[in-house]
Parts: sequence; structure tokens; C-alpha cells
Amino acid sequence: MAHNTTMEELAELLREIRPEFDFTKSHDFLADGMLDSFDMVTLVATLDKTYGISIAGVDILPEHFKDLDTIAALLRKYAVIP
Amino acid sequence: MQINVLEYFEHGALTTHRHQTAVVDQGRRFTFDEISRFAKNCAAIILERGAAFNQPIAVFLPKSAATVVADLGILYSGNFYANLDVKSPPERLKATLKNLGAMCIITTGTHGGALRALGVPEHQILLVDAAMRPEAAHDNAALLARLDRVVDTDPLCIIYTSGSTGIPKGVVLNHRGTIDFMDWAFSRLGLDGGEIIGSLSPFYFDIYTLELYLCLAKGATVVIIPEQCAVFPVRLLEFVREHAINFVFWVPTIMVNIATQDLLATMKPESLRKIFFAGEVFPSKSLNYWRRHLPQALFVNLYGPIEISVDCTYFVVDREIPDDQRLPIGVPCRNTDIIILNEQDQPVQKDEVGELCVRGSSLALGYWNNRERTAQAFVQNPLNPHYPELIYRTGDLVNRNSRGEIMIVGRKDFQIKHQGYRIDLGEVEHAALQLEAIGNACVVYDQDRKEITLFFESAHELSTALIRERLVAFLPKYMLPTVFHRVEQLPRNPNGKIDRHLLNNRVRSFDGA
Repeated sequence: MAHNTTMEELAELLREIRPEFDFTKSHDFLADGMLDSFDMVTLVATLDKTYGISIAGVDILPEHFKDLDTIAALLRKYAVIP
Repeated sequence: MQINVLEYFEHGALTTHRHQTAVVDQGRRFTFDEISRFAKNCAAIILERGAAFNQPIAVFLPKSAATVVADLGILYSGNFYANLDVKSPPERLKATLKNLGAMCIITTGTHGGALRALGVPEHQILLVDAAMRPEAAHDNAALLARLDRVVDTDPLCIIYTSGSTGIPKGVVLNHRGTIDFMDWAFSRLGLDGGEIIGSLSPFYFDIYTLELYLCLAKGATVVIIPEQCAVFPVRLLEFVREHAINFVFWVPTIMVNIATQDLLATMKPESLRKIFFAGEVFPSKSLNYWRRHLPQALFVNLYGPIEISVDCTYFVVDREIPDDQRLPIGVPCRNTDIIILNEQDQPVQKDEVGELCVRGSSLALGYWNNRERTAQAFVQNPLNPHYPELIYRTGDLVNRNSRGEIMIVGRKDFQIKHQGYRIDLGEVEHAALQLEAIGNACVVYDQDRKEITLFFESAHELSTALIRERLVAFLPKYMLPTVFHRVEQLPRNPNGKIDRHLLNNRVRSFDGA
């Protein structure tokens, strides 16, 4: 259940940044052209604020922002989600 | 005296660096010899379609070595190029193509479909691939002889920029202004051909002009940085290191991101020697971060609207600028005069604020097929009643600091710089008004948060997703509003106009809500 809640939360955060896309349906946001450099800055700032963390610059890598699962895995690394 | 930018290539890199690398694109290296052959093949193909001379030809290609081939091919055919944004929404692209009225459009098989979908007839579509095949050929002597008719005031290229009416404006730049700027840049900024250029900006920006002609004249190498690198600064810095890039000319946005993420602490791009930037204000705090980490590099702030061949003022960062002070745009480039006019069209006194106006051969020829807008921006020099002399009114408000350097203060109109892109807020409003459900709209920009905010009147509640989905048909991604507010009625000032000032203030008050 906790897993699903996080995924819904993440999908909602992304939807606010790019409302025209359904982020639950993509497994490669970048290849699908759903996030550009500006969105990425917004997304990282939003994640920082929402989860009270400070994602390190060296963690802002394509492999961590491929889809909802990889973003969740990154948040797990920061120990803010189970 | 040099007349045509192609002389840079013919007498420069093609002679001195013929078999060395001109362009690196996705790992593939193109020598100057290859670029020359492909470009001249391309010219021959263009001429087979009809012997146009001094006409615009559009290039609809993603950023690639093929774009360089197409642009040079067009120049060798005696015509001038207009590089278009392949990501442009269909409506905007259609309006651009209609304004341009090009005889043909150079593209590839994969991108030709988008043009056909817009109704571009088959005979106008020309594939660059054909010019890059081994069997393609051209008559070098005939091509070069044909170029004798080109004069230095003929157009070199058209660069499209946002226009308030919803139709992008095509700025027509010529050979003379570009040659003047490049010659100045070579000598004043010490560009000698040893540069390995990390090219990050789109080829429909004027930063490309400097990159391309530095490469062709001096034998520098243009390394095309993959788009994804811009999304991930770590990857960008790795790329810079991997390719031993020593020269960049970037917009500050990405450099600010790198500073914010403190990436230079762990992955310093030691190879960088010259770092130029333009397109928007580089916050001094971030610049100081870069200078601290790369003390060996030369940092240069360049300034110039698209209506000027590349740039018209520069500031070599020669001293520490305190974090809370703005970076000057400096002093005029050679063969350019800057006059700062107050509201009475008189030169400003001392530190008085006025509009930055440019005088000299660096001025664009005007806006393509748009006499009205041309006449508004390119005007008779009010200080010269004696003979026709045009100046370009930039709309930028500036003053001079105690050292005599020019400082940007603000804008006269509703044009903004967002992520390095120049946007007329009027164009965003125009697009919003295309939505039937929206009765009236006003767009303001929050400089601090870098947010484009749309205020709109509508009979019913409209979802953000729906508005954005509709707007993407008219606007490129970077122009889309990110904050939306439905209002009963847009506030008006006493003379009945929409009160932008009030909306600007309201942008902040909405935040906490």
C-alpha cells in the first residue's frame, strides 16, 4: 500500500509540472520527451521541498529519472520513503 | 576586402586544416574537406531545382552536422538560410513558413513527414542525405564563379524570434555585419582556431553564427553536445571532459544549474579556457562560483539582440563583481556605436536610464516580409537630421556605471528572456486567446521564480492540463505558461487597459494561497 501511495504522489507531482502527460504510462520519460532541462530543475526542487531532502547534484542522472519506479528508488536512497 | 562569409572557409580552414575535424556529431567526425564537398553537392542539388539567387531557403533539421552542410550548401548556391526549430508546434511552423515563402526546404526523410503534414508540396522538399552520399557531385569552379554576384549587404541568414502578433519575426542578417563581428571577435577575444567548441545552443540561435564561422575561418572544431546533456549537468560536464572541450558559448541557465548543484567541486572541467555567455543576465553569485573553480579561464559576457549580427557589447570579466551587484554588459564591440536615448530621444546624462540603441553595419536588414514592425524598430537616428541613417531600438533600458560600462536595468515592453529564449508575452497571450473558452488573457513573468503566469477570464473553470494541451499547438514548450489563474475579470487601469502592474504584484500574493 505504501508503495502505491508514493507512486500516486509522484505521478501527481509530475502531472503538476507537465499536465499534458500521463506519467504512469511511460517507462522512459526522457525518450518519450516528457521532461526537458527546465522540468528537471522544477522536479528536483519539488522533490526536495515535498520530502524535505536535498538531492545531490551527482544524483541527478538519467537513470534515476526514467520512470516512477526509478524516482521512487532514488527517494528510498534518501530514506524518505519505505 | 572580404565580402562573403564563405571566404572565411575557402581561404581559412579549407586551406589550412582541410583534413582535420570540423564537426563532431554523435561520435562521427566530419573533416573540413567532407563538409566542403557535401555542402557544394547540396548547392548543386539546390541549383538543379531552379537557379534561384539571393532567396531564402529553409532548413528543417535537428541540430546536426547535416545542418552545417545544408546552411553552407545554401550559401554556396548564392542564397541564404533560415534554420527552423523542428520542435516548433505545427501552427507556429506553418506561420513561419508562410512568412518566409522559401523556394525549398532542406530536411531529411524522417522530418519530411512533418512538412508534408503541413501541406508543403513535394517539389519544395529537398533531402540533405542526397548531398552526403559518395556518388553526389558538383562543379566547384562554376559554383564559386556564381558567388561573384553576392554583395556584402546581401542576407546571410534569417533567424526567427517571438513576435507579439503570434507570427514569429524573421530577422534578416547580412554578410557584412557578421564579418565585422567575427573579425573583431577573432582579434579582441583571442580566438585562433585552437578551440574545441562545446556547442549547446540550438542552431536557430545566433550563438551558432560565432561557433560556425570560428570553425570555418580558423579551423576550430565544433562538437555538438547531445541534447540530453543539457537535462543532466553531470552528463554535460562528463561530455566536456571526454571531448577536451576548451571553449563554450552558452546561455547562463545551464551554468547557473551547475553552480546550484555545486558540481564543479567534484567534476571540474579543467580543459575549459574560454567561457562566453549571452542571452540573459548571469547572476554574479553563480558567475563567481564558476570563476573560483576555473581561475585559468577567460569569462566574457556578450550582449546583443538578434537584430544585431551576433552581439554588440562585451564585458571581459576582469575583476570580482560582488554577489549582490549586477554584471555589466560592458562596452561596444568594434565598428558598433551604442547610443542611450531618454524619452525625449536625447542622449542620457551621466547615470540616467535610457533605451539602448545601436548604430553601424552590424544592424540587421529588418524583419522579413514585415515592413511595419521593421519601421517600428529600425528608425532614423534622431540625433542625425541630415541624411538617412538607421539605428536599432533594442527596447532594453540601460545606464552607465561609474566606470562607463553599460548596465542593463530593464525592458520598455513585454519581452522577456526565459531559459535563454526571447519571448514576447504578447505571443503567449495571442495563443491563449485562440482557445474559445478563454475570453481575455494577460501573461506576466515572475523574474525571481522564472515563471510565466497566465491570467484568464472564462465562463467556466478550465483545467490546467486542458489549457496546456491546447497551447502546445501554438507555442513551443519554453513559451508555455507554468502557472494559471482564472479570474472573474482582469483588472483595468483608469484608461481601460489591462493593469499588468497589478497582476505582476498579484503573482506573488497568489503564492501562499
